[in-house]
Amino acid sequence: MDFNDSPEEAAYRTEVKAWLDANAPKTAVADDGEGGGSMAASKAWQAKKAAARYAQITWPKEWGGAGGTPIQQVIFSQEEARYPVPGNPFQIGLGMCVPTVATFADQATKDRFVGPALRGEEIWCQLFSEPSGGSDVAAARTKAVPAPDGSGDWLISGQKVWTTGAQFSDFGIVVCRTDPEAPKHKGLTMFWVDMHDPGIEVKPIHQMSGGSGFNEVFFTDVRVKDSQRVGALNDGWKVSLVTLMNERLAVGGASGAGWREFMEAARAVPGLDGAPALKDQALREKLADWYVQAEGLKHTRNRTMTALSKGQTPGPESSIGKIVSALQMQDLGNTAIEMLDQFGIINDPELAPLQAGFHSSVMFAPGLRIAGGTDEILKNIIAERVLGLPGDIRVDKDVAFKDMPTGR
Amino acid sequence: MNFDFSDDQKFLKGEARKFLDANCPTARVRGVLDDEGKAYDAALWKAVAEQGWLGAAIPEEYGGLGLGHLELCAIAEELGRVVAPIPFASTVYFVAEAVMLAGNEEQKSWLLPKIAAGEVICCMATSEGPGPATEASLKTTVKDGKISGVKLPVTDGDIANIALVLAKENGKPGLYSVDLDGEGVTREVLQTLDPTRDAAKLTFKDAPAIRVGDAGAGLEIVEQVFDRAAILLAFEQCGGADRCLEMAKAYALERYAFGRVIASYQAIKHKLADIYVKNELARSNAYYGAWALNTDAPEMPLAASAARIAASEAFWFAAKENIQTHGGIGFTWEMDCHLYYRRSRQLGLVAGAPRVWKERLVSHLERRNAA
Repeated sequence: MDFNDSPEEAAYRTEVKAWLDANAPKTAVADDGEGGGSMAASKAWQAKKAAARYAQITWPKEWGGAGGTPIQQVIFSQEEARYPVPGNPFQIGLGMCVPTVATFADQATKDRFVGPALRGEEIWCQLFSEPSGGSDVAAARTKAVPAPDGSGDWLISGQKVWTTGAQFSDFGIVVCRTDPEAPKHKGLTMFWVDMHDPGIEVKPIHQMSGGSGFNEVFFTDVRVKDSQRVGALNDGWKVSLVTLMNERLAVGGASGAGWREFMEAARAVPGLDGAPALKDQALREKLADWYVQAEGLKHTRNRTMTALSKGQTPGPESSIGKIVSALQMQDLGNTAIEMLDQFGIINDPELAPLQAGFHSSVMFAPGLRIAGGTDEILKNIIAERVLGLPGDIRVDKDVAFKDMPTGR
Repeated sequence: MNFDFSDDQKFLKGEARKFLDANCPTARVRGVLDDEGKAYDAALWKAVAEQGWLGAAIPEEYGGLGLGHLELCAIAEELGRVVAPIPFASTVYFVAEAVMLAGNEEQKSWLLPKIAAGEVICCMATSEGPGPATEASLKTTVKDGKISGVKLPVTDGDIANIALVLAKENGKPGLYSVDLDGEGVTREVLQTLDPTRDAAKLTFKDAPAIRVGDAGAGLEIVEQVFDRAAILLAFEQCGGADRCLEMAKAYALERYAFGRVIASYQAIKHKLADIYVKNELARSNAYYGAWALNTDAPEMPLAASAARIAASEAFWFAAKENIQTHGGIGFTWEMDCHLYYRRSRQLGLVAGAPRVWKERLVSHLERRNAA
């Protein structure tokens, strides 16, 4: 038991370090305000990585990958994180959309899309969630109907929601209702769409936290060719499972203020008796709890990496990260602002500790507890896929979609 | 990255499980629980000694197997899984570790081979009453090689041959070895939450005592020994917590209510998922502790604290929610749920309560971040 690289991993790390040292940016680029961080810099960095086959290390060589192992990807990411590299708006496309399209598409489509996506020339988004179905993705109402001109084309109409990066995406994959007579899982079909189509309107969502990282996407008679269908007609649920399997790997845990930041803040804030709040026994116990959770997650990741390192599939323990970290983010942030007493209501970065970082945690954590699988859905997944407990009784399983009870 | 047990260590663990499944079914645990006169399962103790487990981490020159602490962690997890009713923790995690850490050559050569061979049972006597033992609170004293005072509770104090006792000499705490079968010692069995692990009140009146480790270093030694023991106990707790989850799952899958198995209700599914999450966090912390213990890393106090806190809380949570999942039947003497519930309290307190470890942890973090 140790934390060392194997000889092969060490050699790979040396190679990656040398390449990064010669090629990675040495200074950070400022946000250009267009919603993609610093898009020009991101695209340039992605192109450079793609040329050296570091963009998608685990992809096969014919797709422009390196045919490498997951642990090599982890090593590259660890080393890359040491440099002030620009944001990565390509991950949803490369991690979820493009592999889905490539799994089901013909060679010409693959040739058309894989390369430009890999090089960062084209960005993809995933259009699954709808106002009527977040956790219940299969309840999608956005419909695709055959074009009345008999061309074999499809017309897509409806609304998607919580679409990350739609405002700067070139293409997207969209799940549509194609057979409302069939039960909900059996009447869906997936298509890829051109996000520049005039029938598509992207509107930013104003989040409760104040920011706008996601979008609503409106489809009005968007015409797509039948060749844009991904997978068989009415087989869209199975196709989307391929995408969703990759999502839980892509939605990371919470970042931001952790036990260290809390401890530093508690040193500086007066407690109940005038001594620093860090001397308050109740706060010390909470600090210990957060430290133990954070360490538990860190070493759970180390166990996952060990499995990858040995060429094994990581065990189910890797599924616990977001459940634990999102809730901790909320609790820790709230305890920190309660520690400030009346002053805690102030979230002016000039006045509040950590430039109001604890306040940001409080306001962002509710979203993190929902995104990419709510706490409740993730617990269902652990219960069903890890522990092998039965799935929920689905009252809508054999009901035609059009007859399904709906609320608002 | 190689943050896992080796194939050999996993093989040893698998063999330990087979051995304990055959030799320590819960009927054996109940043999101790239901018999007030029985403090431990002597036959199991003998069988475990024959397996060489008592000396797993004791060097070969002192009669042990000289394997290492990772192997001992693997064994500990299996012992915890079956709530083994034997004085393993007292003898091995506390006393053998203390002697290896602080004993002189003579003490090591004298005691370690006896422990490895299963010839002696040992115990650790630090507590004198409610609350953690501190330099100020300590009343047991040593003068001219004789110890006097009262220790309680002392796990396995009623059956042990040797005790390591925390006591003051010339006003400074030290650690002393006392022959419990010798003169000046009286023992009184205490009634405890977990009767499968007995405890006693030990009264010393001018009993001969030999110092282990430096004079005045008693509290430092005890702290280091407790760090080591906490990591090993964490593996027992992980084993027990995982067994609780298995029991809860098995019962939930066979029990029907309102026309379907209760495992199909989200209230139960989410409860078991919560147990799983806590158990995995505890396991990951315990692994880090195992690494620190095996390499004698400077991170040991932090690693031990995190392992202790996570495992104590995970076992408690799993044990209580296992009963809850069982419903009424889980509250009966006949079901095994309470064996784990009881043991979770015993293991969660024997090396100090989580509250104490949380304070230690934060104190370490404060010192580390101030430096």
